[in-house]
Amino acid sequence: MSLRDGPFQDIKVPLTWTAAVAVVVTAVIGVALVLGDRRETVQGHASEVARDAFDRVARPVSGILDAPVRWVDGGVAGVRSYFFAVSENRRLKQEVADLTHWRNDAIALRHDNERYEALLGLRTDPPIPMVAARVIADDHGPFAQTRLADAGVEAGVRSGNPVMTEHGLVGRILGVAKGVSRILLLTDVSSRLPIMDDRTDSRGILTGDGSGAPTLEYLRGDQPVKAGDRILSSGDGGLFPRGLPVGEVYQSIDGNWRVRLDADDGPIDNVRILLFRDVSQLARQPGLSSTSIPPLAPADAAQVAAEANAASQSSAPPASTSHPTHAAATAAPTVAATQTAPHLTVTTTATHGASAPVHAPVAASAHPAAHLKHRPATAASSGAPPAPDDTMPPT
Amino acid sequence: MTFVPAKQRLEPWSWLGVPFLICAIASVLLTVPIRAFGVGLPQPVLALVLAFAWAVIRPSVLAPFLLMLFGLFLDLLWGGPIGLWGLALVAAYGLILAVRPTLTGRGIAVLWIWYAAACLLAFGVGVLITFAKTSEIPNPWSLGWQILITILLYPFAGRLIARYEDADVRFR
Repeated sequence: MSLRDGPFQDIKVPLTWTAAVAVVVTAVIGVALVLGDRRETVQGHASEVARDAFDRVARPVSGILDAPVRWVDGGVAGVRSYFFAVSENRRLKQEVADLTHWRNDAIALRHDNERYEALLGLRTDPPIPMVAARVIADDHGPFAQTRLADAGVEAGVRSGNPVMTEHGLVGRILGVAKGVSRILLLTDVSSRLPIMDDRTDSRGILTGDGSGAPTLEYLRGDQPVKAGDRILSSGDGGLFPRGLPVGEVYQSIDGNWRVRLDADDGPIDNVRILLFRDVSQLARQPGLSSTSIPPLAPADAAQVAAEANAASQSSAPPASTSHPTHAAATAAPTVAATQTAPHLTVTTTATHGASAPVHAPVAASAHPAAHLKHRPATAASSGAPPAPDDTMPPT
Repeated sequence: MTFVPAKQRLEPWSWLGVPFLICAIASVLLTVPIRAFGVGLPQPVLALVLAFAWAVIRPSVLAPFLLMLFGLFLDLLWGGPIGLWGLALVAAYGLILAVRPTLTGRGIAVLWIWYAAACLLAFGVGVLITFAKTSEIPNPWSLGWQILITILLYPFAGRLIARYEDADVRFR
């Protein structure tokens, strides 16, 4: 017996009311979905699975739709280079002449830098491997500004990896699937990037707001920035390496400090994904938080016991720790220098906190590297075409 | 009993399914990274045309669920927060459903104004959700541009309404 033939056959619910109930039900579903979404975090979450599956399906579709655009772009570029070859050749010759002395200076400075780093025992960051990818979809609304790139998990891409063009930083990987990854642009309203001013070293947070120029927030210090300052990634938090070029500061008409992104100097069609993993991401966090003191040598143990006895006999307050290793670990200065004749022992703490003692034959105060400023990597903006096994010089 | 010809009935695939598919395909097409003079393709929220037209044509149980589905599709396509556009579209549909009796027989100007109101409500919901999740209000210029190009799409909603509003004589 169907419902129509039953006792409810004479009951007629107004269609508007049933539609209204459907609206309420779908609204509740929508609220639940919004509350369950964790798009703005780097950690994995349930909705990431749906996103990755969708992106995996969208990749071939977007690739097909993008193909005619690439063909037309290639054709236009070919025609343009044919007709403007002479003027371009003249311009490039002038540019090469201008850049030659910069190249020589750069080589000399690199040699100096390497020598100083060796003398100081600085532990520089290892080269960062990169993969090249092509942007196949572009989404630029006020609530979401993302791109789809055609390199995925098989290329080693992971969520949180920084993304650059030859001009500067673009954003980070939001989600990754096989053959495709989604880039969250710096301009997205949920994007936050720890930055520093190249001139003053002052720190802040670059906050996307859906416009083309993100704002600078949480700036510290007196007049920390001024118009024209270069902004770089600070590396704070460990998600991005330090020193990636971001853009240039200007003051907008609403009085806010904003950043004109370097990546806007050219189209974001080909990008480099930095397969960067900071030591804080690689390390086992519980292991970092627990302190394990290595066992003492017999001679040291006897000395410690004697000192403890002496301390207890003189009723002096017990020391917090008498272990030299522990004491050195808890001190953790940024740059600690102690002189031991005839050589100078310099203990430098590198960017990520690891220390490396070296013996230097010169006094620290007189060393020219005492004034050496750690310069950011600029090789990413060298303009060289990206290669799958491309690596970035150490920062 | 009045005989109703089959072609005068409102079949769900006709007034719900086909426009849904057309809007979905058009939304995907608008994500192609074409740039002319440094400006990309506009990305209006095409589904707001459906939310308005479906509510005006006739009340439906299926329409809110389809709008929620379309919203999820947009969130995944654009990489936005999951649920944002689903909730925004359902809110716009609910508004027009509530004022539907006052819209019957009105001219194009009144319908366009109510369509704009539905767009503003949908984007308002989007702003609220974004603020709740990121403590940040989207840039007014970026927001205004997308609202404007979405409001300009009313002729498509008007055409959909004109095509199906009187198609089913049972609801006259």
